[in-house]
Parts: sequence; structure tokens; C-alpha cells
Amino acid sequence: MTSASVPTQGGPIVRPYGDTTGDGMVQLSFTLPVPHDKRAEGAAVQLAHKMGIDPAMVVHAKAMGPAFTFFVVYGRSNHLVDLGAVEVVERHYPLLSAKEANLAVKKGLRRRLVVVGGCIGTDAHTVGIDAILNIKGFAGEKGLEYYRELRVVNLGAQVSVPDLVARAREERADAVLVSQVVTQRDAHLLNTKEMSAAFREAYPEAERPLLIVGGPRFEEKQTTELGVDRIFSRGTTPAEVASYLVHEVVGNRAHTRSSHER
Amino acid sequence: MTARVQPKLGLDPAAVREARRLAKRAGQPIVRLASQHTTVSVERATLRLAGLSGADPDGTPWVNRLLDAVRGDVGLASGVAAPVWDALLSSDAPDLATVAQQAAVGQLRFRVPTGRDATRARSAARTAVRAGVRRVDSRRRERDRLIKRWGDPPGKPWIYLIVATGDIYEDIPQAQAAAREGADIIAVIRSTGQSLLDFVPEGATRDGFAGTYATQENFRLMRAALDETSRELGRYVRLTNYASGLCMPEIATLAGLERLDMMLNDSMYGILFRDINPIRTFVDQRFSRQIHARAGIIINTGEDNYLTTSDAVDAAHTVTVSQLLNEYFAKEAGLEDWQLGLGHAFEIDPAVPDSFRLELAHALLARELFPNAPLKWMPPTRHMTGDVFRGYLLDGFFNLAGAMTGQDILLVGMMTEAVVTPWLSDRDLALQNVRYVVNAAGRLAEDFVPAPGGFIATRAAQVLAESIDLLQLILEHDNGLLDAIADGTFGLMKRPADGGKGLEGVARKADDYFNPATEILAAR
Repeated sequence: MTSASVPTQGGPIVRPYGDTTGDGMVQLSFTLPVPHDKRAEGAAVQLAHKMGIDPAMVVHAKAMGPAFTFFVVYGRSNHLVDLGAVEVVERHYPLLSAKEANLAVKKGLRRRLVVVGGCIGTDAHTVGIDAILNIKGFAGEKGLEYYRELRVVNLGAQVSVPDLVARAREERADAVLVSQVVTQRDAHLLNTKEMSAAFREAYPEAERPLLIVGGPRFEEKQTTELGVDRIFSRGTTPAEVASYLVHEVVGNRAHTRSSHER
Repeated sequence: MTARVQPKLGLDPAAVREARRLAKRAGQPIVRLASQHTTVSVERATLRLAGLSGADPDGTPWVNRLLDAVRGDVGLASGVAAPVWDALLSSDAPDLATVAQQAAVGQLRFRVPTGRDATRARSAARTAVRAGVRRVDSRRRERDRLIKRWGDPPGKPWIYLIVATGDIYEDIPQAQAAAREGADIIAVIRSTGQSLLDFVPEGATRDGFAGTYATQENFRLMRAALDETSRELGRYVRLTNYASGLCMPEIATLAGLERLDMMLNDSMYGILFRDINPIRTFVDQRFSRQIHARAGIIINTGEDNYLTTSDAVDAAHTVTVSQLLNEYFAKEAGLEDWQLGLGHAFEIDPAVPDSFRLELAHALLARELFPNAPLKWMPPTRHMTGDVFRGYLLDGFFNLAGAMTGQDILLVGMMTEAVVTPWLSDRDLALQNVRYVVNAAGRLAEDFVPAPGGFIATRAAQVLAESIDLLQLILEHDNGLLDAIADGTFGLMKRPADGGKGLEGVARKADDYFNPATEILAAR
């Protein structure tokens, strides 16, 4: 129990480190919806025990109003970590900072990457596309307009598919971003299929811009069915989209587009 | 308001005057442009002042239905008031709501009345709109009365906390709890994307995303709840919302009607960060500020946003320039010094040597340039990494800089910035941080005098000089500020005057343009 890493069939085993190898010490803080008294502190210890912390020391307990108590607990975790059993889920593209994305475009493309975006059909909900494209961004992240090496053309709401194709051509778009919020009678699916079919008709496959669609009701696995290269669902941040664009447009310049992402 | 500290930076008064003079020169053509145009939202705000509210069964507000009908018949250039009251007087419709309903189904046609009909319609419109302005006036008097009864916060800075659940009925208990924990000001964050809606949603809402829709009913509910808590605490708790985006004149009007106390209201934020058409923004800005002036509302400007997109040292002077422009536009619209919550933020990279001294220099510069304005001091966000322990220390330094430089409105920084929306415990810890600093060092401003000619004074003078340079650069453009906005002088965004959202809602005023609201508001 005392050695730092015990090689097993899985790999080294480790425990949290306070000030001595193998001491297993952790700290945590949490709030319980109970008034601060002896019972509350006992409740905190009980929670810590159930989390595998034993002994558990409530080093701080403070009333927050009449009905809540905040705790800081230190204690020894009795769990072991098997490093060999750690599974790392890799995104198939790395998440880049704005600086890194700009640099990658500058180096790899030697021109600005052009993104044309909008809401197609009758959908007037630009919330999604604006959260991704506007410099204001979303969830504390700046939108794609913030990226110096991206040129963003936001067409806004209710863009017709022929207009979108024409504008993508005119702007020499590397990628087309379409947002669909309205899902009445599967409008989002039908519109997306119409859009992807139009682009496939208008462009030879190797020159076609990357087709990306996003909205809260899409399944990320529907790409083939809808004929697009990538689907982003609820909660996607601008950095994820930017990173994907850089990966696909800059990273895969030499390959044909259909060779990845299924 | 508060007793002001003595000037400490030794700023050259001639440079300060020059900066103000240049800001005025940059702003004047914009004011002229703004007064030559109207927008759909200014006209709808006028209808709201006249008492038109509610929405059709699809949720489209009656002000939108009526405006669209009038616009379809006669355009916007003459204003909607004369055609609307002409129709009201010459039809059998008993009130504005009926006019709107009939217009929506095509039962009414509008014309721009002339001669005696015009006089009659204008007079009726004035009476109706004046009643709305009187309501705004009476809400202002009510605020004064309640502040006298319950009292202001015992000291400065005023503590500003945010709630943002998306559901007004969740916001209310959170806001009341925050006030009990010590918040002097509650801000209800708006739902993502509301700024780009060209209508104001109706009713109590529970389905906002990362914030709650600004609606008249939500305003009313929250103000009533905070009145209850203010009474209980013996301290008037102020309520803040956002007059920004495509509907800012209407939202400002609703704020005035429902006795909101502060509104975020920046002259250029919508243009630069939301890609709203510049002319639309400036016209809407002017009207909304006239309303705020009348309603006794304190505006909060958005300079902190510049520092979230540009480096806080390199771009320090853009904050100053924006503050100067905001001050000019605000005063032109009738706002007084005590209503100017000019913004700035603690956003310098903590890895930069002397970052705290630089923060002090910038904060003190704002303090001394605007000695009578209630400055709004915004916490670090950009360099909050998710390391909550380090973040807590950074927030402590932010609070300390605020105390040392006499900031008035302190937006409480959360150590979980960039991690989660604040938990109950995050808010409690953040308030402890503020209380400790204010208690330990709240009067440090009295003792803190930067060495004359030292690092802080020199840096402040440098930022002021750079601000003057930037204002001169703006004025060198053929079309001044508009061209500067178009060519990206303000950071990364290029926003041409003929681009952006909401341009289709702008009209140049005709010679017979009539709007009783702007008439009454300008005649203060």
C-alpha cells in the first residue's frame, strides 16, 4: 500500500499525494442544504466517507444563510488509480487556441480561411450561428470573427440555398456553416439535405467547400445521411468549430474530403 | 455622491480638456446623423410610451404589428405617430390596441395626415405619449421616495451581483438571496441572442438560454420581489438589465416604466461586438439615453469588452477613448454625471511585470478623468484559468485596486469564472473576499498617493496621450467616427455604415417627421 506505483498487468497504481508518497490525501469543498450545526458537520463526514475518504476531517464549516452550510474537508482517499486502465478519449482533431488556429492557417494556407455562414430556409433563429460567428461569441469564448486568419461572411437569417451557393462561390468559401434551430416537420433535416445536394451539384467533389451544420436537435452521427462533413450539436463552442476548420481545411489540403469522418 | 479624493496623478489639465474637445468633435457629427434618422425600434418605443402593449396569439408584440402595418402603407420617414393617431381619430376604434388589431388584419389603411387633420392627430399623440412619460416620471419619484425610506447602501463601492438562470421564477429567489448576502445591485443577464431579436418578447418567461429574456413582465416581477427584499433589509436594492441590441429604445422605455435602476447601455458595443448597423445603433442609443436621463436610470457602459478581445495594456487607451465618447453622447442626451456608470476592467495578464501597478494607473486615470461619475469596475475574466485558488487571489487584487482607486460599482468577481455559472458557495466566498478587502483597505484611497512622476503617474499620462492620438486619428478620417468604425480602428472589427444587422429598420426623417416622444424628451 505504501509504494508509489505498483506495476500490475494494467500498469502502475498511484494514490493522491499530500506530502508523503502514498498518503492518499485529498481536499474537497461542497455545500449541503442544511443549517450549520453539529449534525451538519456529521453529515459532511458521512458524505466524505461515502466518497471513499476515511479518515475525513471537516476543517471548515460555515453557514451560508439559514439553510445552507459550506464545508472544506481534508482526508485520505482509499481509492487506487490504475494508470494502465486510464482511457483517454481523443478528439480526432486537437482543440486550438485562437492564436494557434491563426498560426496554423497562416503557415498552412498562406491566406485567410474563408467561412460563409447563415440560417437557411425560413429559420430566423440566428442565435446559434451568431454565437459561433459573432466576435461576442458564446460561453466566454470569442466567436470566429475574432480569429484574425479567418474571414467570416455571416449572411444572417432566411438565406435561400441558391443564394448560399452563389455567395460561397463568390467569396471562395473554404467552409460553409449552416445553423438550423427550427425542427417543425423535420425542417432542419430537409433543409440540410437540400443544401448539401445543391453544393454537391454546383461543385466538383474535390473543390467543394466543407459543409458544416449545427443546431440543438441534430445527431452528430447523421453526417452521411445529411450529406455534410460535420454536424455540431448543442453546446458547441466557437473554438471547437475553429479547431475543426483548421484541422480539415489546413490539415487535409492534400486529401480528398471524403476520406475522413464517418 | 461620495466624497471625492484629491487628484493624485498630476494629469495635465490641458491634455484632459483636449481629450474632451476631440471626443466632442468626433461625436457631434454622429449626433447630427442620429437626429436625422429614426428607426423601427424608436417608433415602437413611442407606441409603448403611449400605452400599447401585449402581443398577438403568435407572440408578436402589437407594437410590431402596428408599426409594420403603418410602414407598409406610408413608410417610416414621417414617423408613425401622426398616421396612427389619425387612424385612431378617424376610425371607430376606441383605443390603440384596437387600431393595432384592425391594422394587423388589414382592416385599416394609414395615411400621413396634413392640415387640420395633422394638427388634430399630433395633438392626440402628444397627449397619449405625455401620459407615458409622466408614468416614467412618477416611477422616478417613487424610486427617490423608496431610497429615502429604506436607504442607500451604507458605503461604496456598491456590490453588483449577477443572476442568470433563464427562468424568471428561479431568478427571483436567487436575486433575493444575493441581496440578503450583501448585493446592492442585482443584474439579470439576458438570454443569449436577445440583442439580435427585432422585437421584445412578452410576458413572464422561463426558457431563456444562459440568461433570462428582458420583458416588461419580467422587469415588473423582479422589481416587485426586490422591493420586498429591500423593505426587509432596510436598504434599497437596485435592479439592472440591458438596453442594448436591436430593441434598446423599447427596452429602455420598459425599464423606465417598471422602475429599473441601472441599464447597460453602450454607444458602440452593438456595432463592434454584435455587428449591428452603426446608424441604427447611434439612433437607438440616443433615444434610449434620453429615456434613461428622464427615468433617473444609471447607465453602465461596456468598455470592459474591449479588454476581453484586445490586450489590456496595449488597448488601455481604447477604453479611455470609449469612455470619453460615451460621456459625450450621454451628456448630449441629457444624462448627468451621477448617471454615467462608465466601465473598465481588471484584465491585464497577471504574468506581465508590474501588472497591478498598471491596473492602478488605468483605474486611477478613469477615476480622475471622470471624478463625478459612478465608475463600474469589472473583474478579471480573461486570465481566469479554472485554477479557482489562483482566481480567488486575482479577485482579491481586483477588489484591492477598486478600493485604492475609489471605484463606485464593483461587479463581484467569481473564482469559478470560466468554470461554471456561480454556485451558492462561489458567491458567498466572493462576497467574503470583497468584504475583507473593503473592511481592511476600503479607506486606503486616502493614504494612497502615487509618487509624482513615478511609474503610475507616468503610465496614466501615457494612456491619456495615446487616447488623444487615437481621437486625432479618428478625426483624420473623411467621415470621422463612422469611417473609423468601418476600417477597424477600434480593434479587430470592421463595421461599415452600410452593413450590419438592422439597417433595414432605419429611415431618414422627412420634413414632416413627427414624434411626440423625442419632442418631449428633448424639451427637458
